[in-house]
Amino acid sequence: MEPYIRPVVIGAMIFIVFNLLIVASAILVLAERKIMGFMQQRYGPYLVGPHGMLQPIADILKLVFKEELRPKGADKWLFTLAPVLSIVTAFVAFATVPFGAETTLFGLLDEPIKLGISDVNVGVLVVFAVTSMGVYGIVLAGWASNSKYSLFGGLRASAQMISYELAYATSLAAVILLAGSLSLREVVDSQQGTWFGALPQWYLFLQPIGFIIYVIAGVAETNRAPFDFPEAEQELVAGYNTEYSSVRFALFPQAEYINMVTMSAVATDLYLGGWHFPGVPPEYGWIVFLAKVSVFLFVYIWMRWTVPRYRYDQLMKFGWKYLFPASVLNLIATAALVLYFNA
Amino acid sequence: MPETVTFYLFAALAVGASALVIAQRNPMYSVLLLIASFGALSGLYILLDAPFVAVAQIIIYAGAIMVLFLFVVMLLNAPKEDAAEWDRAHPLRAPGVARWGTLLAGLLIVQLTSALMAVNEYNTPVGAQSDATTVNSVADMGRAIFTRHTFAFEATSILILVAMVGAVVLARREDNQ
Repeated sequence: MEPYIRPVVIGAMIFIVFNLLIVASAILVLAERKIMGFMQQRYGPYLVGPHGMLQPIADILKLVFKEELRPKGADKWLFTLAPVLSIVTAFVAFATVPFGAETTLFGLLDEPIKLGISDVNVGVLVVFAVTSMGVYGIVLAGWASNSKYSLFGGLRASAQMISYELAYATSLAAVILLAGSLSLREVVDSQQGTWFGALPQWYLFLQPIGFIIYVIAGVAETNRAPFDFPEAEQELVAGYNTEYSSVRFALFPQAEYINMVTMSAVATDLYLGGWHFPGVPPEYGWIVFLAKVSVFLFVYIWMRWTVPRYRYDQLMKFGWKYLFPASVLNLIATAALVLYFNA
Repeated sequence: MPETVTFYLFAALAVGASALVIAQRNPMYSVLLLIASFGALSGLYILLDAPFVAVAQIIIYAGAIMVLFLFVVMLLNAPKEDAAEWDRAHPLRAPGVARWGTLLAGLLIVQLTSALMAVNEYNTPVGAQSDATTVNSVADMGRAIFTRHTFAFEATSILILVAMVGAVVLARREDNQ
């Protein structure tokens, strides 16, 4: 590839990923309402467009035309900054997530490109760092609103994040030990091939406990049910976003949906072999990747509408007394085995 | 050239944000400005070809410790700090302990100035260091920490543990009374 083309390719990739994430969040809104309807034995949105397919567009239009309110006692600067911080960290986190091997997209491009914006050698850590910054949006929203329900939502968010980030990071570290690399692309490529000719060499099978911990902590990190305490409706009205309206409000759920996509994509890269699937050439790997992420997102939604919410003290107890020790033991056992087999 | 520009940008951001941390009366703003300052420092680490340190800075300080800070500030729901009357007067007229603080601040200024003057003597531009002295890969770094610098590493861990135990002891004593 000519050197002067590189910035253009990266720019185009950023543009595509940015728009894909926006479209994904719109699709997820619809999917959530449709699946919820199905699980509650009703149709869900059905009026706008065929089978209610255009419902997300109607939702967005409605939100844009709403009045933007700001409580009198709210902190002017932080009240505006909070949703922006949420959405920016949600988008930026995807910057180092690869989502496909070298491909020409069915011969559309002259030269094959690697799917993914940037491939830095500490990619896993960059994703983790940026997603851990995402909590500030929620915490600041809770504080800046100057209302007691919002404040409680923000407080819960910060306590929950600290508790589950540890288990999350420790389960990531076990995969990094196995792969021997911090680059997400290298982690994915170390999962090629099969055992005994059938079982794909995914880290899911080497790290079953780590995978379960990752999923639980990931759900808690994205504030999804059964861990959606920052916005527990029955107790806190709407939690941290009680005082928000119009576009400022819309940015919070959108950030949540984009975070879900990122979390699923990282889980696919780390545990489910990324774009590798036995029998599928890497050229079409991105379709495999998309399918795996979709399954993951469906489980996310499925969980929300079947599992009841935890109690707050149970959440803290579970995080510190069970999840974190389990992830540490998992890490120690993995390290010992890696040392034993490599020596 | 662009490297120099970004260096001064990050440096100015770090210094400016740090200065504003102590100039703010609202503790919430202080915490946020401290996060901004950490972010700028992390940018400087990237310029020094140390991406791992840069990311670790964000994860540990901005992502974990400052969330805890914010939690405490919100839990106490501290109002805007209202300065005592003597605080608005000349620092040397402050009572008792605060006067020693003024003296120490003066000493710190002298010390920093002399340190900055010393740096000028062997001034090397950013990025001009030889590759042999920089630790790039995470593996090299881990090896260096756990072999050559083991003592310093463990001593720091114990220091942090002592601080934690001290905080717990202080909190408990308050509780018993």
